[in-house]
Order: sequence, then structure tokens, then C-alpha cells
Amino acid sequence: MLSSLLSMVADGDWVSPTIDYHALAPEIVLAAGIVVVLLVDLFTSESNKWLVAPIASFSFLGAFIPVVTLALSDNTMRELFDGRYVVDEFSLVIKGLFILAGYVVVLISTDYLREGDYYQGEYWFLVLTSILGMVMMASSRDLVSIFVALEFLSIPAYMLAAWRKRDLKSNEAGVKYYLLGVFASAIMLYGMSLLYGIANSTLLTDIGETLSGEMTSIRALAVLFVIIGFAFKVSAVPFHTWAPDTYEGAPTPVTAFLSVASKAAGFVALVTVLYVAFPYASDVWQPVMWILSALTMTVGNVLALRQSNIVRMLAYSSISQGGFILMPLAVAGEGAVGQSALRAVVVYLMLYAATNLGVFAIVIAVARKTRSGAISSYGGLFSYAPGLAALMTIFMASLAGIPPLGGWFGKFAAFQAVLSAETNWGYAIAVIGAVNSVVAFGYYGNVLREIWMRPAPDGDTAPVVIQPAIAVALGITALATLVLGTLPGIVSHFGDLASLSRAFGG
Amino acid sequence: MLVNQFLMLGAVLFCIGVYGVIARRNAVLVLMSIELILNSVNINLLAFALRNGSADGHTFALYVIAVAAAEVGVGLAMVLLVYRNRKSIALDDLAEMKG
Repeated sequence: MLSSLLSMVADGDWVSPTIDYHALAPEIVLAAGIVVVLLVDLFTSESNKWLVAPIASFSFLGAFIPVVTLALSDNTMRELFDGRYVVDEFSLVIKGLFILAGYVVVLISTDYLREGDYYQGEYWFLVLTSILGMVMMASSRDLVSIFVALEFLSIPAYMLAAWRKRDLKSNEAGVKYYLLGVFASAIMLYGMSLLYGIANSTLLTDIGETLSGEMTSIRALAVLFVIIGFAFKVSAVPFHTWAPDTYEGAPTPVTAFLSVASKAAGFVALVTVLYVAFPYASDVWQPVMWILSALTMTVGNVLALRQSNIVRMLAYSSISQGGFILMPLAVAGEGAVGQSALRAVVVYLMLYAATNLGVFAIVIAVARKTRSGAISSYGGLFSYAPGLAALMTIFMASLAGIPPLGGWFGKFAAFQAVLSAETNWGYAIAVIGAVNSVVAFGYYGNVLREIWMRPAPDGDTAPVVIQPAIAVALGITALATLVLGTLPGIVSHFGDLASLSRAFGG
Repeated sequence: MLVNQFLMLGAVLFCIGVYGVIARRNAVLVLMSIELILNSVNINLLAFALRNGSADGHTFALYVIAVAAAEVGVGLAMVLLVYRNRKSIALDDLAEMKG
């Protein structure tokens, strides 16, 4: 057995791969940050644990520098390990998004953790590790590296959800997320093992070439299993059942992290696999994406309408936003639409990340005073915290898709991609999307009505204290939401850059 | 070569595992069922690697084993956590949040 394995390896002339350390620099900086965080946490006393938070945020900022230098360098297409790990413009845009999202999560968690008096070192370690997994995911172009990156980002996320050890809700959030997440990745792995058997290679490009042949049922099954695995990650209906409970039970900064970064990572993996490995299997996945998108938008919206807890409402809202991100993928196989669909997904992810992180920053700031998650606790916010009320209005309007705020341009790009396909299925999903974006005004408007028109529930109008870190986070996200909405050229520039190398033969 | 028989074994294990995840209401049994699925994946990978004569499947299987071990480590820790807090690991009891 071992000798046959060795002879297989010895067949080819094995040369050790040359490693482009510049291309790997963001990952290396993050990994170094993880080690430093662990060591500092180990050797500091309980009163000095706050030291770990700035180290985490500097790791993110430090990792962002090589992303910028890579983007500015002439060589924008770096292939490592025989094309298994690719640093191209798409992956750089996505890496930048993940790293900045991680930085904002650090900002909104800092004071929450300090006041919560909980295990800080572990928290920063887990956030950094999960972001490292996401950054790896953006470059992975091989079944093995996609699988490892997916687990790298998921396993810390399971632990973050269950982070409040003594809290029954947090336990429940962690267990549900864990069981469904692991089940999904097991199904995805079974699909991957079939793909490996079909293509005799784990490289996505090789799999793409093999699938250009006749589509047999076993091939379709493999494609389907892999898509189901990622559908869990992006909480697409009917694989969304974990999301509301996990989002509500997990600590609020973790919810912000899961609903933005973890979800975006799922979409990145899905897009990479669809575009690089399955371009010729679009007959199989287009209908699946269509159904997932229509169900996700509709079910997410309808359930969001009847929520009374703000975090749970945002959980369903984020499910429904995921449906809009899936929408362009329902027609992405129609030849020329592929590129504009990819652009729509990337643009939507960036705008959604900025807006949703802002909403959660406000939820954390307000909950610190009201100690409540009920939507009714936002009554009278305008009278005692006009700044927060105005920002919340901006973010809610952006999520609902009102111009000139960020969210509308995401929706615009998605609808543009879907309509440019000029197929009946494209028009049908656009109609469903349009109806849903009107329905969404219901629950976003409900929060705004509480803020602007209702009195404070218990007459408590003491002002909300906003800590500096939260203020910075609010500044970044509000600026991104406003600027990207009024000057959509910037974000669509990033979207245009984000062409996946080797996708659709390109 | 017995490749087809191995693939059949993998498919049967996969089905048993999926059935177990859906039908069992005990957290540890669900974890065991997920392990069954992962093992069916390993059997598949090794059978395909033997048939195709490439080492990729072997390496993939090693990664799957390593990651599965990490996953189960986290999973058992979480089950222990739940057991300590509520003296039960029945999944139906995990119903703090609804809607």
C-alpha cells in the first residue's frame, strides 16, 4: 500500500514549489498576528487583557498593507502551487473586504467585551483565525484548499457562537450552528469526492474541463451536493434554519461577524466553484440557484415581518439580502451575463457588508443603554440620541435599497445583471425580486417608525454614551454607505476588477 | 479491482449517516452519524485514488481525517457544555428561541 503510494509520487519528477512570499503576505501577517495574540493572552494578567484588542486590530491593518501593494504591483495574476492557490484581482478585492470587515468587527467588539468581562484572548484569537480562513478561501482554486479554508473559517465561528459558556441561548446557538454546518460540509465533501473521481484531479480548472463533456446523473449529483454545502453557509432557504437561532443566541458582535464576513465567505466560495469548476454545468445549477434565490428572498422577508426582536429581524433580513445576492447567479450561465453577474455579486457583498456592520454597531450601542433587544425599545431614540437615529435611518434605508444610499446600487447591479440575460427565467426572478424589495420596506420602516414617531417606552431619555471605538466603526460604515451610494463608480470599479481568472475560459 | 464495491460501501455509509443525522435526536448520535458520512467520503476518495492511480485522493483523505478530528473535538466540547448547563443532550430540548 505504502510502496504503491510512494511509486505514484515518484513517477513525476517532483520539484519543490517556489513560493511567492509577496502573494502570501496578507496570510502571513494574519498568522503572525494570531500567534502574537495567543502569546500575549497567555502572559498577561487579567487586568491587562485589553492589550489583546489593539494587537488584533493592528494585525488586520497590517494585513491590509500587502493587499494594497499586491493590487498596485504590475503582476496582478500570481499562481502558487500549480494554480491551486491564485492571487488575482478578484481575490484581492475580496481579501480587502474580509480584512476591513474584520477590523470593523474588532472596533464594535472592543468595549462590548471589556464590559462583558468575558474571555477576551480567545475571542480575538478566534476572530483572527476565522478571517484568515476567509482570506485563504478567496484564493483557493482547488477542492482541498477550498475544503480546508472552509473549515478554517467555520470551526472558530462555531466556537464564537457558543462563546458565552454559561448562557443557555449561546449554547443553543453554537450547537445548532455546529451540527448543521458540519452536516453541510460533510455532504459537500461527498460531492467533492465524486468530483475527484470524475475528473481525476482536485484542481477546479481540471474539473471544469471534465464537466464540459456529457452531463451524467452522477455528475449532476456531485454538482448538486457541493452547491448544497455552500447553500448552508450562505443560509439560503431551505437550508437557513440555523441562522435565526444562531444570530439571536450568539453575542451581538459575533452575530455581526457571522452575518457579514462568514456569509460573504460562503458566497465567495460558491462563486469560485460555479465559475471555475462548473461553467459547463450551468444547466444543472442555474435552476437550483433560481429556486434558492426566489425562496430565500421571499421566506426571509415574510418571516422578518413578524419579528419583535431586532437581532432576529436582522437575521431574517440578512437571509433575504442573501437571496438578492444569489439572484444574478440564477442567470450567470447565459454566456455574456457571467461577468456582469459576478460584478453584481461582488458589489452587493461590499455594500451589504458596510451597511450591515453599521446596523449592528448601532444595535450594540443602543442595547448597552436599554439592555433590551426588542424593536419597541427603540422608541424615542430620536429624542435622546438624534445622531444614532439619523445613522440608523441611513442604514435601514440602504438595506431597503433607497437611492442614493449604498444598498440601492447593489440591488441595481443585481437587477441589471438579471435583466441583461433576456430570458424568461431572468424576467421572472426580477419580478420576484422587485416585489420582495417592496415588502422589505415593511420591516425596515417598522424600526424607523419606532425611532422617529414613538415615545421612549419607559420614559428613560438619558443620552446614549457612544464609546470611541463604536464611533469609529460607525464613521467607517456610514461613510462607506453614503459615498459608495452617491459615487457608485468606485464600487463598480472594484466589481469590474473582480474578474475571476480562468472562469468561463477567460 | 474492487473499486465498485468500495464505492457502493461508501454510498451505503453515506445514506446511513444522512438518515442518522435526520432521525436521531441525541447530539452524540448525530455526531457519530456525521462521522459516518466523513468516513464514506474517505472510502470514496481512496477507491477513486486507487482506480485513477493518482496520489491526490490519498492526500485529500488525510486532510479530511485531520479536519474531522478537529471538528469532533469542537463538537464534543459543545455537547459537554450543553450537558453541564442543562443535564441533557436531547436536541429537542434545545428550544430557547422560536419564531
